[in-house]
Amino acid sequence: MRIFTTSLAVALLMSATAALAAKDTIVIGMQDEPPVLDPTQNAAAAIDVIFSVNVYESLVRIGEDGTVKPGLATSWTIGEDGKAYTFKLPKGVVFDNGEKLTSENVKWSFERAGSATSTNPTKRHFANIAAIETPDPETVILRLKAPSSLFLSYMASGGAAIFDPKSADNNKTTPVGTGPYKFKQWVKGDRVVLEKSPTYRDPSKAQIKQATFKFVPDAAAQVPALLAGDIDAFPTVGATETLDRFKADSRFQVVIGSTEGEVPLILNNNKKPFDDIRVRRAANHAIERKSIIDGATSGYGLPIGSHFPPHHPWYVDLTNRYPHDIAKAKELLKEAGYPNGVDVTIKPPPFAYARRSAEIVSAQLMEAGFRVKIEPVEWAQWLDVVYKQKNYDMTVVAHVSPWDQDNYTRGKDYYYGYQNPEMDALMKAVLAESNEAKQKDLYGQIQRKIADEAVHAFMFQLPRTGVYAAKLRGIWKNSPVSVTDLAGLSWVD
Amino acid sequence: MLSFTLRRLAAFLATLVATSLVVFLVLEVLPGDPALLMLGIDAQPDAVAALRAKLGLDRPPVERYLVWMAGLVRGDLGISHTYGTSVAELIGERLVVTLPLALIAMSLTTMIALTLGVYAASKHNTVGDYGVMTATQLGIAIPNFWFAILLVLLFAVFLGWLPAGGFPGWDQGPIALKSLVLPAFALALVQAAILARVTRSAVLEVLREDFVRTARAKGLTRTQTLWRHVLRNSLIPVVTIMGLQFSNLLAGTIIIENVFYLPGLGRLIFQSINQRDLIVVKDVVVLLAAKVVVINFIVDLLYAVIDPRLRTAR
Repeated sequence: MRIFTTSLAVALLMSATAALAAKDTIVIGMQDEPPVLDPTQNAAAAIDVIFSVNVYESLVRIGEDGTVKPGLATSWTIGEDGKAYTFKLPKGVVFDNGEKLTSENVKWSFERAGSATSTNPTKRHFANIAAIETPDPETVILRLKAPSSLFLSYMASGGAAIFDPKSADNNKTTPVGTGPYKFKQWVKGDRVVLEKSPTYRDPSKAQIKQATFKFVPDAAAQVPALLAGDIDAFPTVGATETLDRFKADSRFQVVIGSTEGEVPLILNNNKKPFDDIRVRRAANHAIERKSIIDGATSGYGLPIGSHFPPHHPWYVDLTNRYPHDIAKAKELLKEAGYPNGVDVTIKPPPFAYARRSAEIVSAQLMEAGFRVKIEPVEWAQWLDVVYKQKNYDMTVVAHVSPWDQDNYTRGKDYYYGYQNPEMDALMKAVLAESNEAKQKDLYGQIQRKIADEAVHAFMFQLPRTGVYAAKLRGIWKNSPVSVTDLAGLSWVD
Repeated sequence: MLSFTLRRLAAFLATLVATSLVVFLVLEVLPGDPALLMLGIDAQPDAVAALRAKLGLDRPPVERYLVWMAGLVRGDLGISHTYGTSVAELIGERLVVTLPLALIAMSLTTMIALTLGVYAASKHNTVGDYGVMTATQLGIAIPNFWFAILLVLLFAVFLGWLPAGGFPGWDQGPIALKSLVLPAFALALVQAAILARVTRSAVLEVLREDFVRTARAKGLTRTQTLWRHVLRNSLIPVVTIMGLQFSNLLAGTIIIENVFYLPGLGRLIFQSINQRDLIVVKDVVVLLAAKVVVINFIVDLLYAVIDPRLRTAR
C-alpha cells in the first residue's frame, strides 16, 4: 500500500509539473487501427494517417493545398521529354536505426515495390519506371517508359516510402524511417505512440514531443472520449450530428473541410439495366443531393456532379447537368423499355455515409420507378462480391485516392464495367501533357465526359469533420491525403 | 472417477474436432479474400495473387485444414494474416484484458445477485421483493451498450472520476484497473439481474422444504437458517447459470469492448472477422469451445462440492 501511495504522489507531482510547463504532447483519436504499420505491405489508410510524413518519408509529399511539395528530396527537375526525373537528397539523413540514407535506398525501395513478387498495394505506380540511376549518394534519376503528369504525385504516396533494407522486413511491427518522429510503442487494439526523433535533420521542426494515436472504433464512444478530455483531437468524427454540441463548447474547435473522397451512387455499366445510358440518366435525374447530404453527412458534404474534388481549382461544377426531375426520369425509363419500372439492388458497405446515403437515394429512386432492394454488405463481402466478382447493380463508396480519374479507363475488368475509347484518349492525353493550362482543359473535358455518359450518379464530396481542443494550432482543414502533419501542430496558452 | 474423467476427455476432444470442422467449413464459404482486403482496391491483381501464395491461401482446402490441425496438435496456432505476428501472442495480449474484465464482472454479478436474490426471497411478497423484481426486470430490459454509455456520461464526462474508455496497459500499475470498472459494471448489470431472479426462485423453493422448518424448530434464527442451510441447498441452479454466464462473458464482451474501446478478445474476434484474418478467427473459436467444455467440467465438480450426495452417486 505504501508503495502505491508513494507512486500515486509521484504521479500527481509529475502531472502537476507537466501542467505548469506548456503542453507538448497530444492524443489523437482515430476510428480504425492499422492492421500492420508498413504502407508498402497494406493499403489501410490508417497506416498513412499515423506514419506517412511523420515517420516514413517519400521523395515528395502532398501539401494541405493538394500540391506536390518537397519530402525527402529537397528539389527535383524533370527532363525535356518528361521521362527523366532527377531528385536531390539532403546530406546527413539518418534512419531511426542509425543507418545513413543514400540514393541507393531509393533504388532499393522502388525496385522492391515494382518487383515481380512485390505485394505493394501501389505496385502499378512503379510499372512506368524503366531504370533507376544513382550517380552519387545525393542524386537519384528515375527514367520513365512514358511521360506521366501523375508520376510525381504517385511518388508522394506511402507505398513509395524510402526504407532501409536492414529494417524493412520488420516495419510491419517496428517502423524505422527518416521523418521528424520515431516509433515508440504499439499496444495492439489500443494505441500507437510516436516521439520526436533525436536524429532528424532539422531539430527545430517539431513542437510536439510525443503523439499518441488512440483507436476508438465506435462513433458513439468518440463523443464522450472528447468530452472527458481523454482525447485532444479527432480529425474525422463519425457522429456528425453531434458537431453542433462541440461548436457550442469553448473547450473545442470544430474544423470542417473537404477530402479527396468523391461519393457517387455507383452504377454497374456492364450489367442490365444500367448498361443502358438512358437508365443511368434516369437515375441521375431521380436523385436530389441536398436531402442525401443532409441525411448522410449532417449537411457538411459538398455536392458534386462528376468525379473531381470541388476544392480543387480545376473543378467544373456539373451538379446541374441532370436537374432533379422525376417525370424526366420516368420518361427515360419508359424509353429504355421499362414503362412499369425496374428491379434493382443496392449493396452499401458498412460505412455510415454509405449506409445512410444508400437509404435516402433508394427512396428517391423509388419515386422514379426503380424498385430498389437494399442489401447491406460488410467490407470483406463488398470487396469480394461487388469489387471482384462485379455482382451488383448499385453501390456507394468513397473514392479517396487523389487523381483517380484513370479508373474510367480501367475497362470492363474494373468494377465500374465502363469502357469508352474517347475517355481512354483523353486520359492518355492528360498523362502525356506537361503544360498546366492544357492539363486543366483536359481534366475539364474528362469531368464533362464522365457526367455526359452518366457513368454514375454523383452525390457529394466526403467532408472532413474534425473536433480539436481549442488551444491546438496547425490543423489541416482539408485533407487531400490521409496524413497527420504532426510537425506542424503546436499548443498555445 | 477415472472413467468419468476419461469420458470427459473424450467428449472434450470430440467437441474440439467438431468445432474445428464446422468453423473451417463456415469460413470456407464466407465471401471475402484476405489478400484483397490487405492490398485494397487499387492493388494490381498480380500483387494480390503473390500475397495469396505467400499466405498459403492458394492451397487446396483439405491441405489447409490438415496443416492447421497439425499445428494445433503441436500447440502452434499459426501466424495472423493481417498482423503478421503469432496468433498465440495476439490472443495472450488480449486475454490479459478480457480475463480480468470477465472475472471482475462475474464477481460483481455474484455479489449483487446473491444479495438481492436472497433478500427478495426472504421478503417474499413484500415491498422489498417487488422492488428487487422491478429492478431486475429493468436490468434485463436495458441493453448493456446503452447502459454503458450512461455510465460513461455520468462517471467520465460529468464527474470525471474514471476514463471514458481505452486501456493503458498493466505496465502502468494498478491505475489500469480504473479502466475496467465501468465496463465490468456494464457487463454485470444484465447478468446480475438474471442471476438474482434465479437465486430468488431457487431460495423460495428450498424455503418450503421440511428441513427448513426443522432447523427453525431447533432454534436457529431466520438469518442463520437462510445463509447456512437454505442458500447452500439452492446453489445448484445458481451455479449452473453462473457457468453459462461466465462462458458468455468471455466471448460476449464484443459489444462492451467496442463501446469502451478495450483491446480485448472480443475486439480481436470482431476485427479478425472484418479483416478476414481467418486463422485468428478459427483459433479463437476453437479456444472458446475448449473453454466452455472446461467451465462445464468445473461446474460439474462444484455440484459435488455443494451437494455431497452427488459424489457417491457417480
